[in-house]
Amino acid sequence: MAELKTEEMILNMGPQHPSTHGVLRLELVMNGEIIEDVKPHIGYLHRCFEKHAEAMTYPQVIPYCDRMDYLASISNEFGYAIAVEKLMGIEVPERVEYIRVIMAELQRVASHLVAIGTNGLDIGAFTPFLYCFIDRERILEIFEITCGARLLYNYIWIGGVSRDIPEDFQKKVKDFVKYFRPRIKDLNNLLSYNKIFIDRTANIGVLPPDVAINAGASGPTLRGSGVKFDLRKDDPYSIYDKFDYDIPVGEGEKGTVGDCWDRYMVRVYEMEESLKIIEQAIDNIPEGDVLSAVPKRVRPQEGEIYFRTETPRGELGYYIISDGTVNPKRVKARSPAFCNLSLISQISQGAMIADIVAIIGSLDIVLGEIDR
Amino acid sequence: MDISEILSILNSVFEKETIELKTDIPVEPFLIIAPSKINAISLFLRDEERLQFDFLSSLSGVDYDEENLAVVYNLYSFVHKHKLMIKVIVPKNEPNVKTVSNIWTTTDWHEREAYDLFGIVFEDHPDLRRILLPDDWEGYPLRKDYKVQEFYKGMKVRY
Repeated sequence: MAELKTEEMILNMGPQHPSTHGVLRLELVMNGEIIEDVKPHIGYLHRCFEKHAEAMTYPQVIPYCDRMDYLASISNEFGYAIAVEKLMGIEVPERVEYIRVIMAELQRVASHLVAIGTNGLDIGAFTPFLYCFIDRERILEIFEITCGARLLYNYIWIGGVSRDIPEDFQKKVKDFVKYFRPRIKDLNNLLSYNKIFIDRTANIGVLPPDVAINAGASGPTLRGSGVKFDLRKDDPYSIYDKFDYDIPVGEGEKGTVGDCWDRYMVRVYEMEESLKIIEQAIDNIPEGDVLSAVPKRVRPQEGEIYFRTETPRGELGYYIISDGTVNPKRVKARSPAFCNLSLISQISQGAMIADIVAIIGSLDIVLGEIDR
Repeated sequence: MDISEILSILNSVFEKETIELKTDIPVEPFLIIAPSKINAISLFLRDEERLQFDFLSSLSGVDYDEENLAVVYNLYSFVHKHKLMIKVIVPKNEPNVKTVSNIWTTTDWHEREAYDLFGIVFEDHPDLRRILLPDDWEGYPLRKDYKVQEFYKGMKVRY
Protein backbone atom coordinates (compact mmCIF):
# COMPACT_ATOMS: atom_id res chain seq x y z
CA MET A 1 0.00 0.00 0.00
CA ALA A 2 2.99 2.26 0.53
CA GLU A 3 3.12 3.26 -3.15
CA LEU A 4 -0.42 4.69 -2.84
CA LYS A 5 0.79 7.47 -0.52
CA THR A 6 -0.10 10.80 -2.07
CA GLU A 7 1.38 14.17 -1.32
CA GLU A 8 0.28 15.91 1.85
CA MET A 9 -2.35 18.60 1.87
CA ILE A 10 -2.45 21.79 3.92
CA LEU A 11 -5.87 22.50 5.32
CA ASN A 12 -6.67 25.84 6.86
CA MET A 13 -9.02 25.79 9.85
CA GLY A 14 -10.16 29.18 11.06
CA PRO A 15 -9.64 32.01 11.96
CA GLN A 16 -13.43 32.17 11.58
CA HIS A 17 -14.53 28.68 12.51
CA PRO A 18 -17.15 27.87 15.18
CA SER A 19 -15.14 25.14 16.87
CA THR A 20 -11.89 27.05 17.25
CA HIS A 21 -13.56 28.98 20.11
CA GLY A 22 -12.61 32.38 18.78
CA VAL A 23 -10.18 33.67 16.21
CA LEU A 24 -7.64 30.88 16.07
CA ARG A 25 -6.15 29.63 12.84
CA LEU A 26 -4.85 26.09 12.63
CA GLU A 27 -2.70 25.01 9.74
CA LEU A 28 -3.31 21.29 9.43
CA VAL A 29 -0.88 19.16 7.46
CA MET A 30 -3.02 16.27 6.29
CA ASN A 31 -2.29 12.86 4.89
CA GLY A 32 -5.74 11.87 3.71
CA GLU A 33 -7.86 12.13 6.84
CA ILE A 34 -4.91 11.70 9.19
CA ILE A 35 -3.30 14.74 10.77
CA GLU A 36 0.46 14.78 10.32
CA ASP A 37 1.07 18.11 12.02
CA VAL A 38 -0.78 21.09 13.46
CA LYS A 39 0.61 24.62 13.37
CA PRO A 40 -1.48 27.08 15.40
CA HIS A 41 -1.39 30.73 14.33
CA ILE A 42 -2.46 33.11 17.07
CA GLY A 43 -2.50 36.85 17.61
CA TYR A 44 -5.77 37.76 15.89
CA LEU A 45 -7.16 39.07 19.19
CA HIS A 46 -4.00 40.79 20.41
CA ARG A 47 -5.05 43.96 22.23
CA CYS A 48 -1.68 44.99 23.75
CA PHE A 49 -2.69 44.25 27.36
CA GLU A 50 0.90 44.41 28.58
CA LYS A 51 1.65 47.68 26.81
CA HIS A 52 -1.58 49.25 28.02
CA ALA A 53 -0.85 48.20 31.59
CA GLU A 54 2.39 50.19 31.55
CA ALA A 55 0.46 53.38 30.81
CA MET A 56 -2.21 52.80 33.50
CA THR A 57 -2.17 53.15 37.24
CA TYR A 58 -2.40 49.91 39.19
CA PRO A 59 -6.19 49.98 39.81
CA GLN A 60 -6.84 50.97 36.20
CA VAL A 61 -5.29 47.70 35.02
CA ILE A 62 -8.08 45.62 36.62
CA PRO A 63 -10.69 46.17 33.85
CA TYR A 64 -8.06 45.11 31.31
CA CYS A 65 -7.48 41.89 33.29
CA ASP A 66 -11.22 41.22 32.98
CA ARG A 67 -10.94 41.28 29.25
CA MET A 68 -8.22 38.67 28.99
CA ASP A 69 -10.17 35.58 29.97
CA TYR A 70 -13.67 36.91 29.46
CA LEU A 71 -15.26 33.69 30.69
CA ALA A 72 -13.55 33.89 34.07
CA SER A 73 -13.05 37.58 34.75
CA ILE A 74 -13.27 37.26 38.53
CA SER A 75 -10.40 34.77 38.57
CA ASN A 76 -8.25 37.11 36.50
CA GLU A 77 -8.86 40.08 38.79
CA PHE A 78 -8.29 37.89 41.81
CA GLY A 79 -4.74 36.96 40.79
CA TYR A 80 -3.81 40.51 39.86
CA ALA A 81 -5.23 41.99 43.06
CA ILE A 82 -3.36 39.53 45.29
CA ALA A 83 -0.10 40.14 43.40
CA VAL A 84 -0.31 43.91 43.94
CA GLU A 85 -1.38 43.44 47.57
CA LYS A 86 1.66 41.24 48.21
CA LEU A 87 3.86 43.87 46.61
CA MET A 88 2.38 46.58 48.83
CA GLY A 89 2.06 44.44 51.96
CA ILE A 90 -1.69 44.95 52.34
CA GLU A 91 -3.63 42.66 54.69
CA VAL A 92 -7.16 42.07 53.39
CA PRO A 93 -10.13 41.81 55.81
CA GLU A 94 -11.48 38.32 56.40
CA ARG A 95 -14.88 39.26 54.96
CA VAL A 96 -13.28 40.26 51.68
CA GLU A 97 -11.40 36.96 51.48
CA TYR A 98 -14.62 34.99 51.90
CA ILE A 99 -16.50 37.03 49.31
CA ARG A 100 -13.63 36.68 46.85
CA VAL A 101 -13.42 32.92 47.27
CA ILE A 102 -17.17 32.45 46.85
CA MET A 103 -17.20 34.62 43.74
CA ALA A 104 -14.14 32.86 42.30
CA GLU A 105 -15.68 29.43 42.83
CA LEU A 106 -19.00 30.51 41.30
CA GLN A 107 -16.96 31.80 38.39
CA ARG A 108 -15.19 28.46 38.11
CA VAL A 109 -18.55 26.66 37.84
CA ALA A 110 -19.78 29.18 35.25
CA SER A 111 -16.61 28.86 33.20
CA HIS A 112 -16.61 25.05 33.33
CA LEU A 113 -20.24 25.04 32.21
CA VAL A 114 -19.23 26.89 29.04
CA ALA A 115 -16.27 24.55 28.53
CA ILE A 116 -18.42 21.45 28.96
CA GLY A 117 -21.30 22.78 26.88
CA THR A 118 -19.16 23.88 23.96
CA ASN A 119 -17.09 20.71 24.08
CA GLY A 120 -20.29 18.75 23.55
CA LEU A 121 -21.62 21.22 21.00
CA ASP A 122 -18.49 20.92 18.87
CA ILE A 123 -19.00 17.20 18.46
CA GLY A 124 -22.71 17.41 17.82
CA ALA A 125 -24.48 17.33 21.22
CA PHE A 126 -26.65 20.40 21.08
CA THR A 127 -29.03 19.89 24.02
CA PRO A 128 -26.48 19.71 26.87
CA PHE A 129 -25.11 23.05 25.67
CA LEU A 130 -28.50 24.66 26.37
CA TYR A 131 -28.71 22.96 29.78
CA CYS A 132 -25.28 24.36 30.67
CA PHE A 133 -26.19 27.87 29.58
CA ILE A 134 -29.43 27.87 31.59
CA ASP A 135 -27.42 27.03 34.72
CA ARG A 136 -24.70 29.51 33.91
CA GLU A 137 -27.37 32.17 33.56
CA ARG A 138 -28.29 31.65 37.23
CA ILE A 139 -24.69 32.33 38.27
CA LEU A 140 -24.55 35.43 36.09
CA GLU A 141 -27.71 36.65 37.83
CA ILE A 142 -25.93 36.36 41.18
CA PHE A 143 -23.01 38.32 39.76
CA GLU A 144 -25.38 40.91 38.39
CA ILE A 145 -27.07 41.60 41.74
CA THR A 146 -23.63 41.75 43.38
CA CYS A 147 -21.72 44.07 41.09
CA GLY A 148 -24.05 45.11 38.30
CA ALA A 149 -22.23 43.36 35.49
CA ARG A 150 -22.73 40.00 33.87
CA LEU A 151 -19.43 39.35 32.17
CA LEU A 152 -16.74 41.95 32.91
CA TYR A 153 -17.04 42.83 36.56
CA ASN A 154 -14.25 45.11 37.83
CA TYR A 155 -15.37 43.70 41.19
CA ILE A 156 -12.20 42.67 42.98
CA TRP A 157 -10.15 45.74 43.80
CA ILE A 158 -6.71 46.07 45.27
CA GLY A 159 -7.32 45.65 49.01
CA GLY A 160 -11.03 44.82 48.80
CA VAL A 161 -14.03 44.43 46.57
CA SER A 162 -15.92 47.26 44.87
CA ARG A 163 -19.10 46.90 46.96
CA ASP A 164 -20.50 44.72 49.70
CA ILE A 165 -22.68 41.73 48.88
CA PRO A 166 -26.43 42.44 48.75
CA GLU A 167 -28.78 41.22 51.50
CA ASP A 168 -30.20 38.23 49.63
CA PHE A 169 -26.80 37.12 48.30
CA GLN A 170 -26.41 34.22 50.73
CA LYS A 171 -29.91 32.92 50.06
CA LYS A 172 -29.46 33.15 46.28
CA VAL A 173 -26.15 31.30 46.40
CA LYS A 174 -27.56 28.56 48.65
CA ASP A 175 -30.56 28.18 46.36
CA PHE A 176 -28.22 27.83 43.42
CA VAL A 177 -26.11 25.14 45.11
CA LYS A 178 -29.25 23.20 46.01
CA TYR A 179 -30.60 23.55 42.48
CA PHE A 180 -27.35 22.76 40.72
CA ARG A 181 -26.34 19.44 42.39
CA PRO A 182 -29.06 17.36 40.67
CA ARG A 183 -28.37 19.18 37.42
CA ILE A 184 -24.84 17.73 37.36
CA LYS A 185 -26.43 14.26 37.45
CA ASP A 186 -28.64 15.25 34.51
CA LEU A 187 -25.59 16.48 32.65
CA ASN A 188 -23.79 13.18 33.28
CA ASN A 189 -26.75 11.22 31.96
CA LEU A 190 -27.11 13.48 28.96
CA LEU A 191 -23.50 13.91 27.93
CA SER A 192 -20.72 12.49 30.09
CA TYR A 193 -21.78 8.84 29.90
CA ASN A 194 -23.40 9.11 26.49
CA LYS A 195 -22.01 6.36 24.28
CA ILE A 196 -21.52 8.59 21.25
CA PHE A 197 -19.74 11.21 23.34
CA ILE A 198 -17.44 8.59 24.89
CA ASP A 199 -16.67 7.14 21.44
CA ARG A 200 -15.71 10.57 20.20
CA THR A 201 -13.52 11.55 23.17
CA ALA A 202 -12.06 8.44 24.85
CA ASN A 203 -8.54 7.50 23.66
CA ILE A 204 -8.40 10.71 21.61
CA GLY A 205 -5.65 13.30 22.09
CA VAL A 206 -3.84 11.41 24.84
CA LEU A 207 -1.51 13.66 26.83
CA PRO A 208 0.99 11.68 28.96
CA PRO A 209 1.80 13.30 32.35
CA ASP A 210 5.51 13.85 31.69
CA VAL A 211 4.78 15.57 28.39
CA ALA A 212 2.11 17.69 30.11
CA ILE A 213 4.52 18.96 32.77
CA ASN A 214 7.32 19.63 30.31
CA ALA A 215 4.95 21.47 27.98
CA GLY A 216 3.73 23.74 30.77
CA ALA A 217 0.17 22.41 30.97
CA SER A 218 -1.88 23.41 33.99
CA GLY A 219 -5.40 23.27 35.34
CA PRO A 220 -7.81 20.56 34.13
CA THR A 221 -5.53 19.85 31.17
CA LEU A 222 -2.75 18.79 33.55
CA ARG A 223 -5.04 17.05 36.03
CA GLY A 224 -6.72 15.13 33.21
CA SER A 225 -3.35 13.44 32.72
CA GLY A 226 -3.45 12.16 36.28
CA VAL A 227 -1.17 14.76 37.91
CA LYS A 228 -2.72 15.75 41.23
CA PHE A 229 -1.74 19.38 41.26
CA ASP A 230 -3.86 22.38 42.08
CA LEU A 231 -2.41 25.71 43.21
CA ARG A 232 -5.27 26.13 45.68
CA LYS A 233 -3.88 23.10 47.56
CA ASP A 234 -0.21 22.93 46.58
CA ASP A 235 0.69 26.61 46.76
CA PRO A 236 -2.26 28.00 48.74
CA TYR A 237 -3.30 31.62 48.51
CA SER A 238 -6.18 33.61 50.04
CA ILE A 239 -8.09 31.33 52.45
CA TYR A 240 -8.24 28.15 50.38
CA ASP A 241 -6.41 26.21 53.11
CA LYS A 242 -9.45 26.57 55.38
CA PHE A 243 -11.76 24.43 53.27
CA ASP A 244 -12.14 20.73 52.76
CA TYR A 245 -12.29 19.60 49.13
CA ASP A 246 -10.69 17.12 46.75
CA ILE A 247 -8.61 17.53 43.63
CA PRO A 248 -10.12 15.30 40.96
CA VAL A 249 -7.71 13.79 38.43
CA GLY A 250 -8.12 11.79 35.24
CA GLU A 251 -8.04 8.04 35.80
CA GLY A 252 -8.59 6.68 32.32
CA GLU A 253 -12.08 5.49 33.25
CA LYS A 254 -13.26 5.21 29.63
CA GLY A 255 -9.97 4.94 27.81
CA THR A 256 -6.41 6.05 28.42
CA VAL A 257 -5.31 8.44 31.19
CA GLY A 258 -5.02 11.92 29.72
CA ASP A 259 -7.48 11.56 26.85
CA CYS A 260 -10.15 14.10 25.93
CA TRP A 261 -12.79 12.39 28.07
CA ASP A 262 -10.57 12.59 31.17
CA ARG A 263 -9.95 16.30 30.65
CA TYR A 264 -13.68 16.80 30.18
CA MET A 265 -14.64 14.76 33.22
CA VAL A 266 -12.17 16.54 35.53
CA ARG A 267 -14.19 19.71 34.91
CA VAL A 268 -17.44 18.01 35.83
CA TYR A 269 -15.95 16.71 39.10
CA GLU A 270 -14.41 20.11 39.81
CA MET A 271 -17.79 21.77 39.69
CA GLU A 272 -18.91 19.53 42.55
CA GLU A 273 -15.77 20.41 44.53
CA SER A 274 -16.42 24.11 43.94
CA LEU A 275 -19.93 23.66 45.31
CA LYS A 276 -18.38 22.12 48.45
CA ILE A 277 -16.16 25.17 48.95
CA ILE A 278 -19.07 27.55 48.41
CA GLU A 279 -21.20 25.64 50.94
CA GLN A 280 -18.49 25.80 53.58
CA ALA A 281 -17.86 29.49 53.00
CA ILE A 282 -21.33 30.91 52.55
CA ASP A 283 -22.50 30.62 56.16
CA ASN A 284 -19.23 31.78 57.69
CA ILE A 285 -18.80 35.20 56.09
CA PRO A 286 -17.60 37.40 58.96
CA GLU A 287 -18.78 40.98 59.47
CA GLY A 288 -16.58 43.82 58.32
CA ASP A 289 -16.05 46.70 55.94
CA VAL A 290 -15.09 45.54 52.46
CA LEU A 291 -13.50 48.86 51.54
CA SER A 292 -11.48 49.43 54.72
CA ALA A 293 -8.18 48.15 53.28
CA VAL A 294 -8.51 49.73 49.83
CA PRO A 295 -5.61 52.18 49.54
CA LYS A 296 -6.35 55.77 48.47
CA ARG A 297 -3.23 55.84 46.37
CA VAL A 298 -1.70 52.66 45.02
CA ARG A 299 2.03 53.14 44.88
CA PRO A 300 3.95 49.92 45.63
CA GLN A 301 7.54 49.89 46.76
CA GLU A 302 10.27 49.30 44.21
CA GLY A 303 10.35 45.58 43.62
CA GLU A 304 8.90 42.72 41.69
CA ILE A 305 6.73 39.68 42.17
CA TYR A 306 5.64 36.59 40.28
CA PHE A 307 2.32 35.44 41.69
CA ARG A 308 0.18 32.62 40.37
CA THR A 309 -3.38 31.54 41.04
CA GLU A 310 -5.58 28.71 39.86
CA THR A 311 -8.14 29.97 37.36
CA PRO A 312 -10.65 27.60 35.70
CA ARG A 313 -8.14 27.13 32.91
CA GLY A 314 -5.05 26.62 35.05
CA GLU A 315 -2.10 28.57 36.33
CA LEU A 316 -2.47 32.29 35.72
CA GLY A 317 0.70 34.08 36.77
CA TYR A 318 1.31 37.80 36.97
CA TYR A 319 4.87 39.02 36.83
CA ILE A 320 4.77 42.63 38.00
CA ILE A 321 7.74 44.99 38.26
CA SER A 322 7.25 48.21 40.20
CA ASP A 323 9.66 51.12 39.93
CA GLY A 324 8.06 52.99 42.84
CA THR A 325 5.75 55.14 40.70
CA VAL A 326 1.97 54.90 40.24
CA ASN A 327 2.38 53.01 36.93
CA PRO A 328 3.75 49.49 36.76
CA LYS A 329 7.03 49.17 34.89
CA ARG A 330 6.06 45.78 33.52
CA VAL A 331 3.02 43.52 33.82
CA LYS A 332 3.38 40.13 32.25
CA ALA A 333 0.49 37.71 32.30
CA ARG A 334 1.39 34.06 32.02
CA SER A 335 -1.87 32.74 30.70
CA PRO A 336 -2.81 29.08 31.15
CA ALA A 337 -4.60 28.73 27.80
CA PHE A 338 -1.49 30.02 25.98
CA CYS A 339 0.58 27.16 27.36
CA ASN A 340 -2.19 24.60 26.98
CA LEU A 341 -2.69 25.48 23.32
CA SER A 342 1.04 25.34 22.60
CA LEU A 343 1.05 21.57 23.18
CA ILE A 344 -1.70 20.86 20.64
CA SER A 345 0.67 19.64 17.94
CA GLN A 346 2.12 17.09 20.36
CA ILE A 347 -1.24 15.46 21.08
CA SER A 348 -2.98 15.61 17.71
CA GLN A 349 -0.46 13.95 15.42
CA GLY A 350 -2.00 10.81 14.00
CA ALA A 351 -5.54 11.81 14.91
CA MET A 352 -8.37 12.08 12.40
CA ILE A 353 -9.49 15.48 11.19
CA ALA A 354 -12.77 15.27 13.14
CA ASP A 355 -10.81 14.59 16.34
CA ILE A 356 -9.06 17.95 16.26
CA VAL A 357 -12.41 19.54 17.13
CA ALA A 358 -12.76 17.31 20.19
CA ILE A 359 -9.17 18.06 21.21
CA ILE A 360 -9.59 21.84 21.00
CA GLY A 361 -12.82 21.59 22.99
CA SER A 362 -11.15 19.53 25.71
CA LEU A 363 -8.30 22.03 26.08
CA ASP A 364 -10.86 24.77 26.82
CA ILE A 365 -9.02 27.68 25.25
CA VAL A 366 -10.08 31.30 25.42
CA LEU A 367 -8.42 33.35 22.73
CA GLY A 368 -8.72 36.60 24.66
CA GLU A 369 -6.28 35.17 27.14
CA ILE A 370 -3.94 33.59 24.62
CA ASP A 371 -3.49 36.74 22.54
CA ARG A 372 -3.91 39.21 25.42
CA MET B 1 14.91 24.16 49.50
CA ASP B 2 15.69 27.86 49.67
CA ILE B 3 17.67 29.90 47.21
CA SER B 4 21.00 29.91 49.08
CA GLU B 5 21.08 26.10 49.14
CA ILE B 6 20.26 26.02 45.42
CA LEU B 7 23.09 28.50 44.84
CA SER B 8 25.59 26.39 46.75
CA ILE B 9 24.68 23.33 44.68
CA LEU B 10 25.09 25.37 41.47
CA ASN B 11 28.39 26.81 42.67
CA SER B 12 29.80 23.36 43.23
CA VAL B 13 29.38 22.61 39.50
CA PHE B 14 29.60 25.92 37.62
CA GLU B 15 32.08 28.79 37.84
CA LYS B 16 31.21 31.29 40.54
CA GLU B 17 31.33 34.34 38.23
CA THR B 18 28.46 33.10 36.07
CA ILE B 19 25.90 33.14 38.90
CA GLU B 20 25.02 36.01 41.18
CA LEU B 21 22.49 36.05 44.03
CA LYS B 22 20.33 39.16 44.51
CA THR B 23 18.46 39.48 47.79
CA ASP B 24 18.00 43.24 48.22
CA ILE B 25 14.99 43.68 45.88
CA PRO B 26 11.59 42.87 47.40
CA VAL B 27 9.57 40.59 47.33
CA GLU B 28 11.70 37.54 46.53
CA PRO B 29 15.41 36.87 45.90
CA PHE B 30 16.62 35.72 42.49
CA LEU B 31 19.72 34.56 40.60
CA ILE B 32 21.39 36.43 37.75
CA ILE B 33 23.02 34.09 35.26
CA ALA B 34 25.45 34.85 32.41
CA PRO B 35 23.65 34.66 29.00
CA SER B 36 26.06 32.09 27.57
CA LYS B 37 25.50 29.69 30.49
CA ILE B 38 21.70 29.67 30.70
CA ASN B 39 21.22 26.50 28.64
CA ALA B 40 23.76 24.43 30.57
CA ILE B 41 22.54 25.65 33.95
CA SER B 42 18.88 25.08 33.02
CA LEU B 43 19.62 21.52 32.00
CA PHE B 44 21.39 20.97 35.31
CA LEU B 45 18.47 22.55 37.24
CA ARG B 46 16.02 20.20 35.57
CA ASP B 47 18.01 16.98 35.82
CA GLU B 48 19.88 17.27 39.13
CA GLU B 49 18.36 14.89 41.69
CA ARG B 50 18.14 17.46 44.50
CA LEU B 51 16.64 20.26 42.36
CA GLN B 52 14.41 18.74 39.63
CA PHE B 53 12.87 21.94 38.27
CA ASP B 54 10.62 20.12 35.83
CA PHE B 55 8.10 22.92 35.25
CA LEU B 56 8.73 26.32 33.73
CA SER B 57 5.93 28.58 34.91
CA SER B 58 6.74 31.67 32.99
CA LEU B 59 9.34 33.27 30.78
CA SER B 60 9.11 37.06 30.49
CA GLY B 61 11.05 39.60 28.55
CA VAL B 62 11.76 42.85 30.39
CA ASP B 63 13.08 46.24 29.32
CA TYR B 64 15.57 46.25 32.19
CA ASP B 65 17.20 49.70 32.02
CA GLU B 66 18.60 52.18 29.49
CA GLU B 67 21.11 49.77 28.00
CA ASN B 68 19.83 46.32 28.89
CA LEU B 69 17.04 43.84 28.30
CA ALA B 70 16.35 40.90 30.57
CA VAL B 71 14.75 37.47 30.38
CA VAL B 72 13.10 36.23 33.56
CA TYR B 73 12.51 32.53 34.17
CA ASN B 74 10.13 31.33 36.88
CA LEU B 75 10.74 27.68 37.68
CA TYR B 76 8.88 25.22 39.84
CA SER B 77 9.53 21.65 40.90
CA PHE B 78 6.61 19.24 41.12
CA VAL B 79 8.81 16.77 43.00
CA HIS B 80 10.30 19.03 45.67
CA LYS B 81 7.67 21.83 45.62
CA HIS B 82 10.21 24.63 45.47
CA LYS B 83 10.44 27.70 43.26
CA LEU B 84 13.24 29.66 41.68
CA MET B 85 13.47 32.94 39.78
CA ILE B 86 16.35 33.40 37.35
CA LYS B 87 17.31 36.46 35.32
CA VAL B 88 19.51 36.80 32.30
CA ILE B 89 20.57 40.34 31.40
CA VAL B 90 21.70 41.18 27.86
CA PRO B 91 22.68 44.49 26.22
CA LYS B 92 20.12 46.08 23.86
CA ASN B 93 22.55 46.33 20.97
CA GLU B 94 23.26 42.58 21.04
CA PRO B 95 20.32 40.82 22.74
CA ASN B 96 21.33 37.20 22.26
CA VAL B 97 20.34 34.48 24.72
CA LYS B 98 20.70 30.72 24.34
CA THR B 99 17.34 29.00 23.98
CA VAL B 100 16.02 26.62 26.64
CA SER B 101 13.27 25.22 24.40
CA ASN B 102 15.12 21.90 24.18
CA ILE B 103 14.78 21.60 27.97
CA TRP B 104 11.21 22.76 28.54
CA THR B 105 9.08 22.54 25.38
CA THR B 106 6.70 25.17 26.77
CA THR B 107 9.38 27.85 26.24
CA ASP B 108 9.05 27.48 22.48
CA TRP B 109 6.10 29.90 22.43
CA HIS B 110 7.28 31.96 25.40
CA GLU B 111 10.57 32.70 23.66
CA ARG B 112 8.78 33.57 20.43
CA GLU B 113 6.69 36.04 22.43
CA ALA B 114 9.77 37.64 24.02
CA TYR B 115 11.33 37.87 20.55
CA ASP B 116 8.14 39.36 19.15
CA LEU B 117 7.65 42.06 21.77
CA PHE B 118 11.25 42.79 22.89
CA GLY B 119 13.46 41.65 20.03
CA ILE B 120 15.43 39.25 22.22
CA VAL B 121 17.10 36.72 19.90
CA PHE B 122 17.09 33.17 21.22
CA GLU B 123 20.00 31.31 19.64
CA ASP B 124 19.28 27.77 18.40
CA HIS B 125 15.52 28.20 18.79
CA PRO B 126 13.86 25.82 16.28
CA ASP B 127 11.28 28.29 14.92
CA LEU B 128 11.99 31.86 15.97
CA ARG B 129 9.40 34.14 14.35
CA ARG B 130 6.77 36.59 15.56
CA ILE B 131 3.81 35.03 17.35
CA LEU B 132 1.31 37.73 18.38
CA LEU B 133 2.08 40.46 15.83
CA PRO B 134 2.05 40.15 12.03
CA ASP B 135 5.30 38.88 10.51
CA ASP B 136 6.02 42.19 8.78
CA TRP B 137 5.45 44.45 11.81
CA GLU B 138 8.27 46.91 12.51
CA GLY B 139 9.93 47.32 15.87
CA TYR B 140 9.47 45.72 19.26
CA PRO B 141 6.46 47.27 21.06
CA LEU B 142 7.27 46.53 24.69
CA ARG B 143 10.60 48.33 24.61
CA LYS B 144 10.30 51.66 26.40
CA ASP B 145 11.74 53.61 23.45
CA TYR B 146 9.32 52.03 20.93
CA LYS B 147 7.78 54.34 18.33
CA VAL B 148 4.80 52.91 16.50
CA GLN B 149 5.14 52.78 12.72
CA GLU B 150 3.06 55.33 10.81
CA PHE B 151 1.58 53.05 8.17
CA TYR B 152 0.99 49.32 8.05
CA LYS B 153 0.15 48.07 4.54
CA GLY B 154 -1.19 51.48 3.58
CA MET B 155 -3.38 51.78 6.70
CA LYS B 156 -2.70 54.56 9.18
CA VAL B 157 -1.74 52.96 12.51
CA ARG B 158 -2.23 55.91 14.86
CA TYR B 159 -5.66 57.39 14.58
